[in-house]
Amino acid sequence: MDQLSGFTLWLSKTPWSIALHESLYAYTWIETAHVIGITLFVGTIAMVDLRLLGWAWRTVPISQMTARILPWTVAGFILMFATGVLLFYAIPIRTWHSIWFRTKLVLLLIAAVNIWFYHRRVQRNRAVWDDAPRPPLLARACAAVSLVVWLAVIVAGRMIAYNWFDCDKPQSGFVYAVAGCSTYPPDEF
Amino acid sequence: MLNLYAQFAAVEASDLGTAIKASSWLFPAIEAVHLLALALLGGSLLLLDLRLLGAGLTLQPTSVVERETRSWLIFALAAMIVSGVLIGCSEALKLYDKPAFWVKMAALLAAAIFTFAVKLPLARRDVSGLKAKSLAVLSLGLWLTVALAGRWIGFS
Repeated sequence: MDQLSGFTLWLSKTPWSIALHESLYAYTWIETAHVIGITLFVGTIAMVDLRLLGWAWRTVPISQMTARILPWTVAGFILMFATGVLLFYAIPIRTWHSIWFRTKLVLLLIAAVNIWFYHRRVQRNRAVWDDAPRPPLLARACAAVSLVVWLAVIVAGRMIAYNWFDCDKPQSGFVYAVAGCSTYPPDEF
Repeated sequence: MLNLYAQFAAVEASDLGTAIKASSWLFPAIEAVHLLALALLGGSLLLLDLRLLGAGLTLQPTSVVERETRSWLIFALAAMIVSGVLIGCSEALKLYDKPAFWVKMAALLAAAIFTFAVKLPLARRDVSGLKAKSLAVLSLGLWLTVALAGRWIGFS
């Protein structure tokens, strides 16, 4: 963790990071593109999840939803991820030491495992329930996890902007540990 | 004549406005709801607009896509408006002075009227071709204007 903290210090001193941080319009536009990416990504993945839950699109085969909608989800993810990296790059030290950012990383990991599990295991016998208005429990469970986790990602991401738990203010032992405040501000390495 | 400025001042001075302003977490929480609803609104608008453009769920009739997205669209829009009004209550006078806010409200009104009075009824009748494509382009343009003007409120 110390090394990563040092890395964020190095990042924050690169000319492009400083330029982004101090820019009048670039940061705002990247943030706007990030929100548009979220809308495209979460909006489309939510529709697929609602289908898997049996709450919408009950007459549409699941294979059709995934084949026709997930490419747009991937496009949204690429936009969201690319702009997200830039937003981190503009404010590396504070973001790395944000409990909200760290929560978001854990949530992203859970989402990734869930996607992997669905595609590798749950989806294997999809042919049997492709047309089912209400898919099997395991498929519905994966969809519920996906929906809840992505919505939580949005909330955690939005909270990064607020400074309640920043390391430069007195914090509880829990926040101090989770945010890695012992390496804040990072030393030269 | 209705004094709009006084109305905005009254809203900001109301119990609701002062409560949201006084709390450190209410505003961010409402903002988060606004964002969650945005994702759902975006998804339900996009699936129909894509279908009208000849992309996405093209194996389904446009009317089916309209039927399946309608209730989610209404639910998401309602959540956006409720959370948006709550956000607005806490900073009504600041909004009154911002052109971006009025642009957003005008665009929102236009987008909502266009969606419910023109786009959805025509989608229910399975419009196709250039007519369908123009509906989608207009819809995406109007709603994107609402979103960008909204973003501009925070920045201006």
